[in-house]
Amino acid sequence: MVLTVLQRLGRSVLVVLLVALGSVLLLSLAPGSAASVILGENATPEMIDELNKELGLDRPIWSQYLHWLADAVTGDFGTSPITHQPVTDAIIERLPVTIELAVLALAFSLFVAVILAIISASLAGTWVDRAITGLSSVFLSVPAFVAGPVLVYYGAVQLGWFPVTGWNRISEGLGPNLQSAILPVLAISLTEIASFHRLLRTDLVATLREDFVGAARAKGMGRGYVMLRHALRPSSFSLITLVGINLGRLIGGTVIVEALFTLPGLGQLVVSSINSRDVITVQGVVVFVAIVYVVVNMLVDLSYGWLDPRTRKVARA
Amino acid sequence: MNAQPEPVLAVRNLRAYIGTPRGAVRAVDDVSLHVGRAQALGVVGESGSGKSVMARAIMGLLPPRSACSGEVLFKGRDLLTLPRKERQEIWGKQIAMVFQDPGRSLNPVVRIERQLTEGMRKHLGIGKSEAHGRAVDLLREVGVPDPERRLRNYPHELSGGMRQRVMIATALACEPDLLIADEPTTALDVTVQRQILDLLRRVQRDRGMAMMLISHDLAVVAGRTDRVAVMYAGRLAETGTTRAIFAAPRHRYTHALLDATPSLDHQRHAPMRVIPGSLPDPTSPPPGCRFAPRCAHTTDACVDPGPRMTSADGVAAGMDHLIACVNPVAAPAAADGAAPASVGAGASPNTGLAKGGDLVGR
Repeated sequence: MVLTVLQRLGRSVLVVLLVALGSVLLLSLAPGSAASVILGENATPEMIDELNKELGLDRPIWSQYLHWLADAVTGDFGTSPITHQPVTDAIIERLPVTIELAVLALAFSLFVAVILAIISASLAGTWVDRAITGLSSVFLSVPAFVAGPVLVYYGAVQLGWFPVTGWNRISEGLGPNLQSAILPVLAISLTEIASFHRLLRTDLVATLREDFVGAARAKGMGRGYVMLRHALRPSSFSLITLVGINLGRLIGGTVIVEALFTLPGLGQLVVSSINSRDVITVQGVVVFVAIVYVVVNMLVDLSYGWLDPRTRKVARA
Repeated sequence: MNAQPEPVLAVRNLRAYIGTPRGAVRAVDDVSLHVGRAQALGVVGESGSGKSVMARAIMGLLPPRSACSGEVLFKGRDLLTLPRKERQEIWGKQIAMVFQDPGRSLNPVVRIERQLTEGMRKHLGIGKSEAHGRAVDLLREVGVPDPERRLRNYPHELSGGMRQRVMIATALACEPDLLIADEPTTALDVTVQRQILDLLRRVQRDRGMAMMLISHDLAVVAGRTDRVAVMYAGRLAETGTTRAIFAAPRHRYTHALLDATPSLDHQRHAPMRVIPGSLPDPTSPPPGCRFAPRCAHTTDACVDPGPRMTSADGVAAGMDHLIACVNPVAAPAAADGAAPASVGAGASPNTGLAKGGDLVGR
């Protein structure tokens, strides 16, 4: 048991290291450098070389990477040469926005998707099921950059209920905060609801054919009881997996939605750092997201044990 | 239909067609039978004969795209037309079912205790602790050792035999008047099959409960039931007392089935008797007798007009032994001649395909 956990941890660390290396290599392949961005168009090559030396960007990539790594282990992801803000601080500053968006969007999506999936699974094959499933196919294929403007148009411009763009921090009060969160959350949720619904519906339909569901019905238990107490939990393995993956993805920045609504989240941070060749910040954010991914997926793996007692390896029985 | 007092369960002209992409499978096609109070009825037939579908129709467990007609009268009330709420008061409380594979009929993610007690808590309106006490007693009754601990277990922590005992305890929880056991031992180790079957018969007798024991295996039903119904391809072939049918089967199918059952006095090295051919296509069964294509005694009358359910011993002898056979096996000794008997030599021919595998006795 301890060995498996250690193996998992080892593999996770490897994943994070590779992700960091990959992000450094990718950015070094792109043309331009931070120095040229800082100094502007009129900079001479000498000035750029000097600044590069100052920033340590003249060293070979592997050396940059190793130096960065040594600091990263201590929680110091370096300081941005552009904004002169420590990357860790930048992340911490942006994180609440992104986490709030991700968590609200996932919670809302799950809530709606579970209800819809229960409805369409218990009415599988009927027009209700076909209508819901058809709608979810539509939403599955509507990208956020289409859903976003539509939502803004109706929710903000026409009805005027929500701000068009911008973000109110929780410190400004929960009401305004939620008000500014609703449209982005909706824009993210549409696709999430659709994919969660489809997945859970399929699994529920399969579970409802199981003998133990028949056995529960043969005990005279009501349909709602059978659905909630017997069918839902064994049907939710793939759903939980997908939720984990999507949580990681959403924390990595809902780049498009954040850009669309000009929300000060991690996605925005990445986009602006890429534009300014701010390798240090990009690296920091990417590694941070990789860590979140790895941790969330470990939590998902742990949740299987809670969902399915057969996977528990406790020598208690 | 019979002289006995009102049966617990009377199935009348039951048809259950199941929609498939290839057309409607006529799983149960005009079947009538009944189970008397405190009586054990064995329902026997090959896989695909419709016996399980009949059980599922009684329990309201047919798949969504299926059509059902006829009557399923439980104590005079038709389960097919009763409102769902009222049926849910009957299922689990007055009719309980034990399924084929206890590994699949117990929810893998729910503790035994809740699976065992949820029915009685609903139907008997008792609290958690009372239900717990009853559950312990029930597990003891069906021979589960250390019931307190077992209640806290999940199904995968129990052996197959123990799981089926749990299923039986669950079925008995509300003291039903009828227990339907659908191939209750097919999925179990051979060594525990007999224990489970004997347990079923014991609780059925102890509690004065009616039981429908469904099996593809005549040997399973032989010593443990009062009456037997033999099904073939969705139709009822023969029904009567277990004693009468095993002593002198009249329907050609029953006869062939019994003949194909190996027994201890089977001559060594003699070829095992089998029934040639296989079940007809359930979406378009042959006209008339469905066994006709495989029967060695088929005449034109078997196909048109085909057999009808008639008394095997003449109307005067009562309606308890019924057969649907145009050319039945001659009755032993005092043959009555009510049916045209073109009885020839020993029943089933000798050709190959191992139908016998289905019929292994023990």
